[in-house]
Amino acid sequence: MKAPLACAVAACGLATLPAMADPQPGGVIDTIIQPEPPGLVLGMIQNAPTRTVAGNIYEGLLRYDTDLNPIPQLAESWEESDDGLTYTFHLRKGVTWHDGEPFTAEDVVFSADVFHRDLNPSARAVLQHVESIEATDDHTVVFTLKQPFGPFLLSFEAGTFTMVPKHIYEGTEFRDNEANNQPVGTGPFKFENWDRGTVIELVKNEDYYEEGLPYLDGVNWHIIPDGASRAVAYENGTVDVLPYGTVENFDVPRLAEMENTCMTQEGHEYFSPFAMLWMNNREGPTADKRFRQAVMYAMDREFARDVLWNGLGNVPLSAFGSNAKFQNEDLEPYDHDPEKARELLDEMGYDGEEVTLLPLPYGETWTRWAEAVKQNLSEVGINVRTEATDVGGWNQRLGEWDYDLAFTYLYQYGDPALGISRTYLSSNIEKGSPWNNVEGYENERVDELFNEAATAYPEAKREALYHEVQEILHEDVPVGWLLELGFPTIYRCNIKNLVTSGVGVNDGFKDAWIEK
Amino acid sequence: MVYARLIAMRLLKAVIVLFLIIVFNFFLIQLAPGDPAAILAGEAGATDEAFLRQLREQFGLDQPLYVQLWHYVSGIATLDFGYSYRQQMPVLDLILERLPATLLLTGTAFVLSLALGIFAGSMAAARVKKISGSVIMALALVFYATPLFWVALMAVLLFSVYLDWLPAYGMFTVGAHYTGMAHILDVAKHLILPASTLALFFMAIYTRMTRASMLEASQQDYVKTARAKGLKDRVIQRRHILRNALLPIITLAGLQAGQMVGGAILTETVFAWPGIGRLMYEALMQRDYNLLLGIFFFSAALVIVFNIFTDLVYRLADPRIKEAS
Repeated sequence: MKAPLACAVAACGLATLPAMADPQPGGVIDTIIQPEPPGLVLGMIQNAPTRTVAGNIYEGLLRYDTDLNPIPQLAESWEESDDGLTYTFHLRKGVTWHDGEPFTAEDVVFSADVFHRDLNPSARAVLQHVESIEATDDHTVVFTLKQPFGPFLLSFEAGTFTMVPKHIYEGTEFRDNEANNQPVGTGPFKFENWDRGTVIELVKNEDYYEEGLPYLDGVNWHIIPDGASRAVAYENGTVDVLPYGTVENFDVPRLAEMENTCMTQEGHEYFSPFAMLWMNNREGPTADKRFRQAVMYAMDREFARDVLWNGLGNVPLSAFGSNAKFQNEDLEPYDHDPEKARELLDEMGYDGEEVTLLPLPYGETWTRWAEAVKQNLSEVGINVRTEATDVGGWNQRLGEWDYDLAFTYLYQYGDPALGISRTYLSSNIEKGSPWNNVEGYENERVDELFNEAATAYPEAKREALYHEVQEILHEDVPVGWLLELGFPTIYRCNIKNLVTSGVGVNDGFKDAWIEK
Repeated sequence: MVYARLIAMRLLKAVIVLFLIIVFNFFLIQLAPGDPAAILAGEAGATDEAFLRQLREQFGLDQPLYVQLWHYVSGIATLDFGYSYRQQMPVLDLILERLPATLLLTGTAFVLSLALGIFAGSMAAARVKKISGSVIMALALVFYATPLFWVALMAVLLFSVYLDWLPAYGMFTVGAHYTGMAHILDVAKHLILPASTLALFFMAIYTRMTRASMLEASQQDYVKTARAKGLKDRVIQRRHILRNALLPIITLAGLQAGQMVGGAILTETVFAWPGIGRLMYEALMQRDYNLLLGIFFFSAALVIVFNIFTDLVYRLADPRIKEAS
């Protein structure tokens, strides 16, 4: 290891692992993936199930501990220049792709500069700050930025900046490449077999570059479309790990009480999914700031967390979640206060106009949550009509701004410039996507502050800007801040080290082992 | 000769009907809100204009509707069913990959329900005023009225969770990699619960229908004649009553057979059976137009084939129909 920075950080990352007996190699873990992913080539597809399965096949340059500090993965060390404009990555030596070809700096340049620029919207958002990417030798890559970009080092996670093999993809039509059915990565597990509708099988990469890893001989991802059947699969012992979102929340307490069963909500820190209530800032009662504040006071968010989400998760103070940096802790929280909500509604002269509420079509918990919110709002005199949609309909309604209130949740990606500003920047107002500034909030000062903070250098400068922007957002309430979601991973307690990183739900099996 | 002409006529009509179905389905699907590019982008949780444009171009969604329709219809004429947007595979491959699983499940359920239904129905008809006959009919009523998914869940709870006799879901034991006879037995074991669940409902219908139909036939004069001739009761039941009572059952069996491709969505979902029904439901949710249209096409074709087949079977069961035509 060259850079002392990386060593220190790596050591600190490892220190967070609980001390325990020596890992025992061997064994196959049966788990579930829901829904069935469309494909496994990470970088080409970025949806959650693909990330979760393929995060064990592919890797990024860096990994992140549960405090979101970067730790080495394919890059063994890295340096940042004093002006924040140049990042040099030193790659690990002796790494091979699953087909035996060596992994080199050329692969990094190809992945970042060609593959992701062409295919990957989340990588593109980072790459717009990048001036050039160069391989100075076989194991060194230099990224030169146009201007400093605070969260740059947070962008190298496997799902966002996947390393893909140049020798397979260069010069081909990426999406039509035959190799997409036989993904080739550098990760601890290799793709073995996919019986569509039944199972995806991964096997141990015997040539993995980290000594002794992985301990497991393989991972079988069962595909079970029905929620009740998934719970049964765990109960009768067919599967031993239930990742996030595989069982309905009302099944969680029952399963968690089973013998030899452990539960964790770690491994989501990087994504830190943030549930929000879109409120249409353009028209209707929701266009009035006082109405939106009233909604915040009317909702009993603690109740929703404790009853619907089994007490997992965290009621957010404001627009910045607890896992995002630069949270301004001095803001006055929006407590559950129906009286205050009624006062605000009276003050604005709300006449009982009906507002539509779209629940998120992701299962029973979300439907019930919408019912709870509807009841909260009715209590203060807001007239709510819920409209059920399926995923396609929900996408379209939000993309065309055809709603008053709507549930959603967004990943925070550990930094406001990656996961938070996108919801509030007026440059992000565009029809056709449910993931941009859907609420239609426009505030010049907020735009200025977010844009300046993204490229301000060093960190201290960013903090002041982000604190100011939070004050404005907190007052304006462009969207409702519901809950930082806690998704449980349920597993047999004799499976150790299942979640070891801030993206642990996606790269967890690398370190996992079974105690016999 | 008569058969050949009849089949030829029916096939010609079938082609026209299929064409109309394709066109109708094509427009019907356009009425659903949302498009596949937006859903794919939505799943990724991140998107930009370029990404959506890329997807729409790739899928051909940026072209006018009539051009898309022309591409689709002319494709089908050469057995090219297009490409599944989400699964990133040719539609035909996907369907053919899933078809055997579904046919195994629905075929087994079909044979099971038909055989057991007719058997139970004849038993009940022969025991009209006895308790055993009433018990059969009561059971048939219960199975007829109980929702399929509930039966499925209860069957899993009883036979998999409590008794641990049968696997709860799937088509084979994951990770076991059985081959040959062991594989066949493994699949058979996995087949029992979903096939019986699926069979129960139709079995109940066949039972009720067979009984009613046989009771009606047993009032006919030729039955009295047969009795007067001194034939044995068993022979009368089988040759005079059952055969005449079969027509409505054949009609219903034709309907059930037509549903063999798409009729098992619920069962396939609860039991994680890797069949077409699930593929169709997922395609609907994903707005995977090509895949959905492909499955519609196969279901429609199957319905038409079985209608023709049913007509032929009528003629075998009841020669009077042949003479009438």
